[in-house]
Amino acid sequence: MPESTLILNAPAIQRALTRIAHEIAERNEASSEVVVVGIQRGGVPLGRRLGALLTGIWGQPVPTGSLDVSMHRDDLDRRAAPNVQPTEIPFDVTGKTVVLVDDVLFSGRTIRAAMDALNDFGRPRRIQLAVLIDRGHRDLPIKADFVGKNVPTAHTERVRVRLTEMGGADEVVIEK
Amino acid sequence: MSWNRKHLLDIESLAPEEIITVLDTARAFKAVGERAIKKVPALRGKTVVNLFVEPSTRTRTSFELSEQRLSADIINFNTEASSLKKGETLKDTARNLEALNIDFIVIRHSASGAPHFLARVLHASVINAGDGAHEHPTQALLDMFTIREKKGRIEGLNVTILGDILYSRVARSDIWALTKLGAKVTLCGPSTLVPRVFEQMGCRVTHDVEEAIRDADIINLLRIQHERQRKSMFPSLGEYSSLFGLNKARLARTKPDALIMHPGPINRGVEIDSEIADCGRSVILEQVTNGLAVRMAVLFLVNGGKGPQEVAP
Repeated sequence: MPESTLILNAPAIQRALTRIAHEIAERNEASSEVVVVGIQRGGVPLGRRLGALLTGIWGQPVPTGSLDVSMHRDDLDRRAAPNVQPTEIPFDVTGKTVVLVDDVLFSGRTIRAAMDALNDFGRPRRIQLAVLIDRGHRDLPIKADFVGKNVPTAHTERVRVRLTEMGGADEVVIEK
Repeated sequence: MSWNRKHLLDIESLAPEEIITVLDTARAFKAVGERAIKKVPALRGKTVVNLFVEPSTRTRTSFELSEQRLSADIINFNTEASSLKKGETLKDTARNLEALNIDFIVIRHSASGAPHFLARVLHASVINAGDGAHEHPTQALLDMFTIREKKGRIEGLNVTILGDILYSRVARSDIWALTKLGAKVTLCGPSTLVPRVFEQMGCRVTHDVEEAIRDADIINLLRIQHERQRKSMFPSLGEYSSLFGLNKARLARTKPDALIMHPGPINRGVEIDSEIADCGRSVILEQVTNGLAVRMAVLFLVNGGKGPQEVAP
Protein backbone atom coordinates (compact mmCIF):
# COMPACT_ATOMS: atom_id res chain seq x y z
CA MET A 1 0.00 0.00 0.00
CA PRO A 2 1.60 3.30 -1.08
CA GLU A 3 1.95 5.98 1.56
CA SER A 4 -0.40 8.83 0.68
CA THR A 5 -0.63 12.42 1.93
CA LEU A 6 -3.69 14.60 1.52
CA ILE A 7 -2.82 17.95 -0.06
CA LEU A 8 -6.26 19.32 -0.92
CA ASN A 9 -9.62 18.38 0.55
CA ALA A 10 -13.04 19.15 -0.96
CA PRO A 11 -13.46 22.72 0.37
CA ALA A 12 -9.86 23.55 -0.61
CA ILE A 13 -10.49 22.31 -4.16
CA GLN A 14 -13.64 24.42 -4.31
CA ARG A 15 -11.79 27.52 -3.03
CA ALA A 16 -8.99 27.00 -5.54
CA LEU A 17 -11.43 26.73 -8.43
CA THR A 18 -13.36 29.80 -7.30
CA ARG A 19 -10.12 31.80 -7.13
CA ILE A 20 -9.04 30.55 -10.57
CA ALA A 21 -12.43 31.50 -12.02
CA HIS A 22 -12.04 35.05 -10.67
CA GLU A 23 -8.51 35.24 -12.05
CA ILE A 24 -9.76 34.12 -15.46
CA ALA A 25 -12.50 36.77 -15.28
CA GLU A 26 -9.98 39.41 -14.27
CA ARG A 27 -7.58 38.50 -17.08
CA ASN A 28 -10.27 38.33 -19.78
CA GLU A 29 -12.52 41.35 -19.86
CA ALA A 30 -14.23 40.30 -23.10
CA SER A 31 -16.20 37.51 -21.48
CA SER A 32 -18.04 36.56 -24.67
CA GLU A 33 -14.71 35.59 -26.24
CA VAL A 34 -13.84 32.96 -23.62
CA VAL A 35 -14.46 29.21 -24.00
CA VAL A 36 -13.34 26.45 -21.62
CA VAL A 37 -11.92 23.13 -22.83
CA GLY A 38 -11.13 20.39 -20.32
CA ILE A 39 -8.50 17.78 -21.15
CA GLN A 40 -9.60 14.15 -20.70
CA ARG A 41 -10.02 12.81 -18.20
CA GLY A 42 -9.45 14.83 -15.00
CA GLY A 43 -9.57 18.18 -16.76
CA VAL A 44 -13.09 17.62 -18.06
CA PRO A 45 -15.03 17.79 -14.78
CA LEU A 46 -12.77 20.62 -13.61
CA GLY A 47 -13.46 22.46 -16.87
CA ARG A 48 -17.20 22.04 -16.35
CA ARG A 49 -16.94 23.41 -12.82
CA LEU A 50 -14.90 26.39 -13.98
CA GLY A 51 -17.37 26.96 -16.81
CA ALA A 52 -20.23 27.03 -14.31
CA LEU A 53 -18.35 29.39 -11.97
CA LEU A 54 -17.55 31.75 -14.86
CA THR A 55 -21.16 31.64 -15.99
CA GLY A 56 -22.10 32.81 -12.49
CA ILE A 57 -19.49 35.59 -12.45
CA TRP A 58 -20.28 36.91 -15.92
CA GLY A 59 -24.01 36.21 -15.90
CA GLN A 60 -23.88 34.60 -19.30
CA PRO A 61 -23.25 31.00 -20.41
CA VAL A 62 -19.63 30.05 -21.08
CA PRO A 63 -19.20 27.31 -23.74
CA THR A 64 -17.46 24.26 -22.31
CA GLY A 65 -15.99 21.30 -24.17
CA SER A 66 -13.74 18.28 -23.71
CA LEU A 67 -10.58 17.33 -25.53
CA ASP A 68 -8.87 13.96 -25.75
CA VAL A 69 -5.20 14.18 -26.67
CA SER A 70 -4.44 10.46 -27.15
CA MET A 71 -4.05 10.73 -30.91
CA HIS A 72 -1.57 13.59 -30.55
CA ARG A 73 0.69 12.10 -27.89
CA ASP A 74 4.41 11.80 -28.64
CA ASP A 75 4.88 8.43 -26.94
CA LEU A 76 2.33 6.28 -28.77
CA ASP A 77 4.89 3.69 -29.86
CA ARG A 78 6.44 3.46 -26.39
CA ARG A 79 3.41 2.35 -24.44
CA ALA A 80 0.14 0.46 -24.75
CA ALA A 81 -2.44 2.47 -26.65
CA PRO A 82 -4.27 4.84 -24.30
CA ASN A 83 -8.02 4.61 -23.81
CA VAL A 84 -9.41 7.22 -26.12
CA GLN A 85 -12.14 9.34 -24.53
CA PRO A 86 -14.63 11.52 -26.42
CA THR A 87 -13.67 14.92 -27.75
CA GLU A 88 -16.66 17.26 -27.75
CA ILE A 89 -16.13 20.84 -28.79
CA PRO A 90 -19.60 21.91 -29.97
CA PHE A 91 -18.54 25.48 -30.76
CA ASP A 92 -16.05 27.25 -32.99
CA VAL A 93 -12.74 28.02 -31.28
CA THR A 94 -11.48 30.31 -34.04
CA GLY A 95 -10.87 33.80 -32.71
CA LYS A 96 -11.69 32.78 -29.13
CA THR A 97 -9.66 32.71 -25.97
CA VAL A 98 -9.51 29.03 -25.09
CA VAL A 99 -8.88 28.21 -21.45
CA LEU A 100 -7.41 24.71 -21.40
CA VAL A 101 -8.04 22.94 -18.12
CA ASP A 102 -6.14 19.97 -16.71
CA ASP A 103 -5.90 18.42 -13.28
CA VAL A 104 -2.12 18.04 -12.91
CA LEU A 105 0.64 19.84 -14.81
CA PHE A 106 3.77 17.67 -14.89
CA SER A 107 6.02 17.21 -17.95
CA GLY A 108 3.94 19.54 -20.11
CA ARG A 109 3.66 16.94 -22.86
CA THR A 110 -0.09 16.59 -22.48
CA ILE A 111 -0.46 20.35 -22.90
CA ARG A 112 1.69 20.32 -26.04
CA ALA A 113 -0.51 17.52 -27.43
CA ALA A 114 -3.63 19.45 -26.43
CA MET A 115 -2.48 22.57 -28.26
CA ASP A 116 -1.80 20.46 -31.36
CA ALA A 117 -5.19 18.77 -31.10
CA LEU A 118 -6.95 22.09 -30.60
CA ASN A 119 -5.44 23.35 -33.85
CA ASP A 120 -7.50 20.76 -35.73
CA PHE A 121 -10.63 22.54 -34.59
CA GLY A 122 -9.67 26.06 -35.58
CA ARG A 123 -7.32 28.92 -34.78
CA PRO A 124 -7.90 30.31 -31.31
CA ARG A 125 -7.06 33.96 -30.70
CA ARG A 126 -5.10 32.84 -27.64
CA ILE A 127 -4.78 29.81 -25.39
CA GLN A 128 -4.51 30.02 -21.61
CA LEU A 129 -3.84 27.15 -19.24
CA ALA A 130 -5.54 26.47 -15.91
CA VAL A 131 -4.45 23.55 -13.71
CA LEU A 132 -5.50 22.44 -10.27
CA ILE A 133 -2.02 21.20 -9.34
CA ASP A 134 1.38 22.20 -10.71
CA ARG A 135 3.86 19.59 -9.52
CA GLY A 136 6.92 20.82 -11.43
CA HIS A 137 9.37 18.69 -13.47
CA ARG A 138 8.62 20.25 -16.85
CA ASP A 139 10.16 18.66 -19.98
CA LEU A 140 8.90 21.43 -22.25
CA PRO A 141 8.78 25.24 -22.06
CA ILE A 142 5.17 25.34 -20.87
CA LYS A 143 3.76 27.37 -17.99
CA ALA A 144 0.28 27.56 -16.48
CA ASP A 145 -1.58 30.89 -16.40
CA PHE A 146 -3.79 29.84 -13.48
CA VAL A 147 -2.71 27.40 -10.77
CA GLY A 148 -4.78 26.00 -7.92
CA LYS A 149 -1.78 24.88 -5.88
CA ASN A 150 1.93 24.52 -6.51
CA VAL A 151 3.10 21.23 -5.03
CA PRO A 152 6.81 20.40 -4.99
CA THR A 153 7.16 16.67 -5.67
CA ALA A 154 9.78 14.03 -6.23
CA HIS A 155 9.81 12.62 -9.74
CA THR A 156 8.78 9.21 -8.49
CA GLU A 157 5.77 10.39 -6.50
CA ARG A 158 2.26 10.27 -7.95
CA VAL A 159 -0.31 13.01 -7.63
CA ARG A 160 -3.88 11.74 -7.71
CA VAL A 161 -6.80 14.05 -8.23
CA ARG A 162 -10.07 12.40 -7.29
CA LEU A 163 -13.33 14.10 -8.20
CA THR A 164 -16.93 13.27 -7.40
CA GLU A 165 -17.81 13.26 -11.11
CA MET A 166 -15.42 10.33 -11.62
CA GLY A 167 -16.60 8.42 -8.56
CA GLY A 168 -15.29 9.05 -5.06
CA ALA A 169 -14.80 12.19 -3.02
CA ASP A 170 -13.09 15.43 -4.00
CA GLU A 171 -9.49 15.21 -2.87
CA VAL A 172 -5.91 15.49 -4.04
CA VAL A 173 -3.29 13.17 -2.58
CA ILE A 174 0.38 12.46 -3.14
CA GLU A 175 1.45 8.84 -3.16
CA LYS A 176 5.06 7.95 -2.46
CA MET B 1 -9.19 -2.64 -20.49
CA SER B 2 -6.07 -1.92 -22.47
CA TRP B 3 -4.93 -3.56 -25.65
CA ASN B 4 -1.56 -5.30 -25.72
CA ARG B 5 -1.53 -7.15 -29.01
CA LYS B 6 0.98 -6.38 -31.69
CA HIS B 7 -1.10 -8.01 -34.44
CA LEU B 8 -4.72 -8.39 -35.41
CA LEU B 9 -4.86 -11.84 -36.98
CA ASP B 10 -8.35 -13.08 -36.21
CA ILE B 11 -11.39 -12.63 -34.00
CA GLU B 12 -11.24 -16.17 -32.64
CA SER B 13 -8.35 -15.43 -30.27
CA LEU B 14 -9.74 -12.11 -28.96
CA ALA B 15 -11.40 -11.77 -25.57
CA PRO B 16 -14.80 -10.03 -25.53
CA GLU B 17 -13.20 -7.10 -23.64
CA GLU B 18 -10.64 -6.67 -26.40
CA ILE B 19 -13.39 -6.46 -29.01
CA ILE B 20 -15.14 -3.84 -26.88
CA THR B 21 -11.88 -1.87 -26.59
CA VAL B 22 -11.66 -1.70 -30.39
CA LEU B 23 -15.29 -0.59 -30.65
CA ASP B 24 -14.88 2.10 -27.98
CA THR B 25 -11.70 3.38 -29.61
CA ALA B 26 -13.38 3.39 -33.02
CA ARG B 27 -16.08 5.68 -31.68
CA ALA B 28 -13.48 8.39 -31.08
CA PHE B 29 -12.02 7.86 -34.55
CA LYS B 30 -15.44 8.12 -36.14
CA ALA B 31 -15.72 11.58 -34.60
CA VAL B 32 -12.37 12.50 -36.19
CA GLY B 33 -13.85 11.63 -39.60
CA GLU B 34 -16.64 14.14 -39.01
CA ARG B 35 -14.33 17.09 -38.34
CA ALA B 36 -13.17 19.67 -40.85
CA ILE B 37 -9.62 18.35 -40.39
CA LYS B 38 -9.94 14.57 -40.59
CA LYS B 39 -6.33 13.74 -39.93
CA VAL B 40 -4.47 13.05 -36.67
CA PRO B 41 -0.71 12.51 -36.21
CA ALA B 42 -0.95 9.21 -34.32
CA LEU B 43 1.12 7.19 -36.86
CA ARG B 44 3.35 10.01 -38.06
CA GLY B 45 6.65 8.59 -39.29
CA LYS B 46 5.33 5.02 -39.47
CA THR B 47 5.18 3.07 -42.69
CA VAL B 48 2.38 0.73 -43.65
CA VAL B 49 2.51 -1.79 -46.48
CA ASN B 50 -0.80 -2.82 -47.98
CA LEU B 51 0.01 -6.27 -49.32
CA PHE B 52 -3.07 -7.33 -51.24
CA VAL B 53 -2.29 -10.68 -52.85
CA GLU B 54 -5.93 -11.04 -53.86
CA PRO B 55 -8.15 -8.49 -55.55
CA SER B 56 -9.93 -6.07 -53.25
CA THR B 57 -11.20 -2.58 -53.81
CA ARG B 58 -13.22 -1.54 -50.82
CA THR B 59 -11.14 -3.10 -48.07
CA ARG B 60 -7.92 -1.80 -49.58
CA THR B 61 -9.34 1.67 -50.12
CA SER B 62 -10.69 1.72 -46.59
CA PHE B 63 -7.33 0.70 -45.12
CA GLU B 64 -5.49 3.22 -47.28
CA LEU B 65 -7.68 6.10 -46.21
CA SER B 66 -7.49 5.01 -42.55
CA GLU B 67 -3.71 4.98 -42.75
CA GLN B 68 -3.63 8.39 -44.39
CA ARG B 69 -5.90 9.83 -41.73
CA LEU B 70 -3.47 8.56 -39.11
CA SER B 71 -0.60 10.31 -40.97
CA ALA B 72 1.23 7.08 -41.84
CA ASP B 73 3.32 6.65 -44.99
CA ILE B 74 1.91 4.02 -47.30
CA ILE B 75 3.23 1.51 -49.79
CA ASN B 76 0.63 -0.25 -51.89
CA PHE B 77 1.83 -3.61 -53.03
CA ASN B 78 -0.05 -4.53 -56.13
CA THR B 79 0.05 -8.24 -57.02
CA GLU B 80 -0.42 -7.56 -60.70
CA ALA B 81 2.94 -5.87 -60.88
CA SER B 82 4.71 -7.73 -58.12
CA SER B 83 7.46 -10.28 -57.87
CA LEU B 84 4.98 -12.77 -56.46
CA LYS B 85 3.99 -13.21 -60.07
CA LYS B 86 7.63 -14.02 -60.82
CA GLY B 87 7.68 -16.83 -58.29
CA GLU B 88 8.97 -15.09 -55.17
CA THR B 89 7.60 -16.68 -52.00
CA LEU B 90 5.38 -14.72 -49.62
CA LYS B 91 8.09 -14.94 -46.96
CA ASP B 92 10.73 -13.48 -49.26
CA THR B 93 8.41 -10.73 -50.39
CA ALA B 94 7.57 -9.84 -46.82
CA ARG B 95 11.21 -9.96 -45.68
CA ASN B 96 12.20 -7.70 -48.53
CA LEU B 97 9.51 -5.27 -47.50
CA GLU B 98 10.69 -5.44 -43.92
CA ALA B 99 14.21 -4.64 -45.01
CA LEU B 100 12.76 -1.23 -45.85
CA ASN B 101 12.02 -0.79 -42.12
CA ILE B 102 8.29 -0.84 -42.38
CA ASP B 103 6.13 -0.91 -39.28
CA PHE B 104 2.85 -2.51 -40.36
CA ILE B 105 1.74 -5.01 -42.99
CA VAL B 106 -1.91 -5.18 -43.91
CA ILE B 107 -2.35 -8.44 -45.79
CA ARG B 108 -5.12 -9.88 -47.93
CA HIS B 109 -4.30 -13.37 -49.17
CA SER B 110 -6.17 -16.29 -50.71
CA ALA B 111 -4.44 -18.76 -48.37
CA SER B 112 -5.92 -19.17 -44.89
CA GLY B 113 -3.27 -18.54 -42.26
CA ALA B 114 -1.03 -16.32 -44.41
CA PRO B 115 -1.21 -13.42 -41.86
CA HIS B 116 -0.36 -15.79 -38.99
CA PHE B 117 2.63 -17.01 -40.96
CA LEU B 118 3.87 -13.45 -41.53
CA ALA B 119 3.40 -12.61 -37.85
CA ARG B 120 5.80 -15.44 -36.99
CA VAL B 121 8.55 -14.37 -39.38
CA LEU B 122 8.39 -10.56 -39.28
CA HIS B 123 9.04 -7.85 -36.71
CA ALA B 124 6.31 -5.65 -38.18
CA SER B 125 2.74 -5.61 -36.90
CA VAL B 126 0.49 -7.73 -39.09
CA ILE B 127 -3.17 -6.95 -39.73
CA ASN B 128 -5.36 -9.52 -41.45
CA ALA B 129 -7.44 -7.94 -44.21
CA GLY B 130 -8.95 -11.30 -45.15
CA ASP B 131 -7.28 -14.69 -45.50
CA GLY B 132 -8.90 -17.34 -47.70
CA ALA B 133 -12.14 -18.61 -46.22
CA HIS B 134 -10.71 -18.23 -42.71
CA GLU B 135 -11.29 -14.75 -41.23
CA HIS B 136 -11.81 -11.09 -42.05
CA PRO B 137 -11.50 -9.56 -38.60
CA THR B 138 -11.87 -5.86 -39.45
CA GLN B 139 -15.12 -6.60 -41.30
CA ALA B 140 -16.52 -8.33 -38.22
CA LEU B 141 -15.39 -5.42 -36.02
CA LEU B 142 -17.10 -2.87 -38.25
CA ASP B 143 -20.23 -5.01 -38.28
CA MET B 144 -20.19 -5.10 -34.45
CA PHE B 145 -19.59 -1.34 -34.35
CA THR B 146 -22.56 -0.74 -36.66
CA ILE B 147 -24.88 -3.04 -34.72
CA ARG B 148 -23.87 -1.49 -31.40
CA GLU B 149 -24.29 2.02 -32.73
CA LYS B 150 -27.73 1.29 -34.18
CA LYS B 151 -29.13 -1.00 -31.50
CA GLY B 152 -27.19 0.18 -28.46
CA ARG B 153 -26.10 -3.35 -27.64
CA ILE B 154 -25.15 -6.70 -29.12
CA GLU B 155 -25.90 -9.04 -26.25
CA GLY B 156 -29.24 -10.82 -26.63
CA LEU B 157 -29.89 -9.70 -30.21
CA ASN B 158 -31.03 -12.21 -32.82
CA VAL B 159 -28.64 -12.00 -35.74
CA THR B 160 -29.31 -13.96 -38.92
CA ILE B 161 -26.52 -14.45 -41.41
CA LEU B 162 -27.99 -15.40 -44.73
CA GLY B 163 -26.16 -16.69 -47.77
CA ASP B 164 -22.87 -18.28 -48.66
CA ILE B 165 -21.51 -19.21 -45.23
CA LEU B 166 -19.24 -22.04 -46.28
CA TYR B 167 -16.90 -19.92 -48.36
CA SER B 168 -17.22 -16.78 -46.27
CA ARG B 169 -14.45 -15.46 -44.05
CA VAL B 170 -16.80 -12.65 -43.11
CA ALA B 171 -19.28 -15.18 -41.74
CA ARG B 172 -16.61 -16.90 -39.65
CA SER B 173 -15.33 -13.65 -38.15
CA ASP B 174 -18.86 -12.39 -37.56
CA ILE B 175 -19.87 -15.65 -35.87
CA TRP B 176 -16.87 -15.46 -33.52
CA ALA B 177 -17.51 -11.84 -32.64
CA LEU B 178 -21.28 -12.17 -32.24
CA THR B 179 -21.13 -15.26 -30.06
CA LYS B 180 -18.36 -13.78 -27.90
CA LEU B 181 -20.50 -10.68 -27.35
CA GLY B 182 -23.62 -12.67 -26.50
CA ALA B 183 -25.77 -12.44 -29.64
CA LYS B 184 -27.89 -15.36 -30.80
CA VAL B 185 -26.71 -16.29 -34.26
CA THR B 186 -28.79 -18.06 -36.91
CA LEU B 187 -27.22 -19.18 -40.17
CA CYS B 188 -29.36 -19.74 -43.23
CA GLY B 189 -28.84 -20.60 -46.89
CA PRO B 190 -28.78 -23.62 -49.18
CA SER B 191 -27.70 -26.75 -47.30
CA THR B 192 -24.67 -27.03 -49.59
CA LEU B 193 -23.48 -23.60 -48.44
CA VAL B 194 -24.64 -23.79 -44.82
CA PRO B 195 -23.63 -27.20 -43.48
CA ARG B 196 -24.71 -28.32 -40.03
CA VAL B 197 -21.10 -28.38 -38.89
CA PHE B 198 -21.43 -24.66 -38.11
CA GLU B 199 -23.59 -25.61 -35.13
CA GLN B 200 -20.29 -26.41 -33.42
CA MET B 201 -19.49 -22.67 -33.44
CA GLY B 202 -22.55 -22.06 -31.26
CA CYS B 203 -24.98 -21.11 -34.04
CA ARG B 204 -28.39 -22.29 -35.05
CA VAL B 205 -28.50 -23.61 -38.62
CA THR B 206 -31.68 -23.57 -40.68
CA HIS B 207 -32.46 -23.86 -44.35
CA ASP B 208 -35.85 -22.21 -44.03
CA VAL B 209 -35.41 -18.54 -44.85
CA GLU B 210 -38.84 -17.46 -43.57
CA GLU B 211 -38.11 -18.93 -40.19
CA ALA B 212 -34.59 -17.50 -40.16
CA ILE B 213 -35.61 -13.89 -40.69
CA ARG B 214 -38.89 -13.80 -38.70
CA ASP B 215 -37.39 -12.93 -35.29
CA ALA B 216 -34.17 -11.37 -36.49
CA ASP B 217 -33.02 -7.98 -35.17
CA ILE B 218 -30.21 -7.97 -37.72
CA ILE B 219 -30.18 -9.65 -41.13
CA ASN B 220 -26.67 -9.84 -42.49
CA LEU B 221 -26.67 -10.83 -46.14
CA LEU B 222 -23.56 -12.34 -47.61
CA ARG B 223 -22.57 -12.15 -51.21
CA ILE B 224 -22.77 -15.28 -53.31
CA GLN B 225 -19.13 -15.74 -54.19
CA HIS B 226 -19.21 -17.17 -57.68
CA GLU B 227 -15.45 -16.93 -57.93
CA ARG B 228 -14.73 -18.98 -54.83
CA GLN B 229 -16.97 -21.90 -55.74
CA ARG B 230 -15.17 -24.79 -57.31
CA LYS B 231 -18.34 -26.61 -58.21
CA SER B 232 -21.94 -25.56 -58.48
CA MET B 233 -23.47 -25.45 -55.01
CA PHE B 234 -26.95 -24.47 -56.17
CA PRO B 235 -28.71 -24.70 -59.54
CA SER B 236 -28.74 -21.04 -60.62
CA LEU B 237 -28.55 -17.48 -59.35
CA GLY B 238 -32.22 -17.09 -60.26
CA GLU B 239 -33.17 -20.04 -58.11
CA TYR B 240 -31.02 -18.76 -55.23
CA SER B 241 -32.73 -15.40 -55.48
CA SER B 242 -36.23 -16.86 -55.37
CA LEU B 243 -35.43 -19.25 -52.50
CA PHE B 244 -33.12 -17.13 -50.33
CA GLY B 245 -32.94 -13.60 -51.74
CA LEU B 246 -34.26 -10.78 -49.57
CA ASN B 247 -37.19 -9.26 -51.45
CA LYS B 248 -40.04 -6.96 -50.51
CA ALA B 249 -42.44 -9.77 -49.58
CA ARG B 250 -39.90 -11.33 -47.24
CA LEU B 251 -38.89 -8.01 -45.75
CA ALA B 252 -42.55 -7.39 -44.86
CA ARG B 253 -42.50 -10.49 -42.68
CA THR B 254 -39.48 -9.36 -40.62
CA LYS B 255 -39.53 -7.27 -37.44
CA PRO B 256 -40.23 -3.64 -38.39
CA ASP B 257 -36.96 -2.50 -36.84
CA ALA B 258 -34.77 -5.26 -38.23
CA LEU B 259 -31.64 -3.87 -39.87
CA ILE B 260 -30.25 -5.06 -43.19
CA MET B 261 -26.48 -5.41 -43.43
CA HIS B 262 -24.20 -6.52 -46.24
CA PRO B 263 -20.39 -6.50 -46.37
CA GLY B 264 -20.44 -5.66 -50.09
CA PRO B 265 -20.04 -5.76 -52.94
CA ILE B 266 -23.75 -6.44 -53.32
CA ASN B 267 -25.22 -8.49 -56.15
CA ARG B 268 -28.44 -6.58 -56.76
CA GLY B 269 -31.22 -8.97 -57.66
CA VAL B 270 -29.40 -12.02 -56.27
CA GLU B 271 -29.09 -11.97 -52.48
CA ILE B 272 -30.87 -8.63 -52.14
CA ASP B 273 -33.50 -6.78 -54.15
CA SER B 274 -32.33 -3.45 -55.45
CA GLU B 275 -34.94 -1.38 -53.62
CA ILE B 276 -34.16 -3.04 -50.29
CA ALA B 277 -30.47 -2.24 -50.63
CA ASP B 278 -31.45 1.41 -50.84
CA CYS B 279 -34.21 1.44 -48.21
CA GLY B 280 -34.09 3.11 -44.82
CA ARG B 281 -33.46 -0.11 -42.94
CA SER B 282 -30.34 -0.85 -44.92
CA VAL B 283 -27.15 0.25 -43.14
CA ILE B 284 -24.84 -0.93 -45.91
CA LEU B 285 -23.27 2.47 -46.55
CA GLU B 286 -22.93 3.20 -42.84
CA GLN B 287 -20.93 -0.01 -42.61
CA VAL B 288 -18.51 1.50 -45.13
CA THR B 289 -18.18 4.72 -43.09
CA ASN B 290 -17.71 2.75 -39.87
CA GLY B 291 -15.09 0.56 -41.56
CA LEU B 292 -12.77 3.57 -41.70
CA ALA B 293 -13.17 4.32 -38.00
CA VAL B 294 -12.65 0.69 -37.01
CA ARG B 295 -9.52 0.30 -39.14
CA MET B 296 -8.08 3.52 -37.71
CA ALA B 297 -8.75 2.16 -34.23
CA VAL B 298 -7.07 -1.17 -35.02
CA LEU B 299 -3.95 0.50 -36.41
CA PHE B 300 -3.84 2.85 -33.43
CA LEU B 301 -4.15 -0.01 -30.95
CA VAL B 302 -1.62 -2.43 -32.48
CA ASN B 303 0.87 0.45 -32.68
CA GLY B 304 1.07 0.39 -28.89
CA GLY B 305 0.94 -3.41 -28.65
CA LYS B 306 4.01 -5.33 -27.62
CA GLY B 307 4.42 -8.74 -29.16
CA PRO B 308 7.29 -11.20 -29.01
CA GLN B 309 10.45 -9.53 -30.25
CA GLU B 310 11.88 -12.87 -31.40
CA VAL B 311 10.81 -14.05 -34.82
CA ALA B 312 11.20 -17.43 -36.47
CA PRO B 313 14.13 -17.81 -38.87
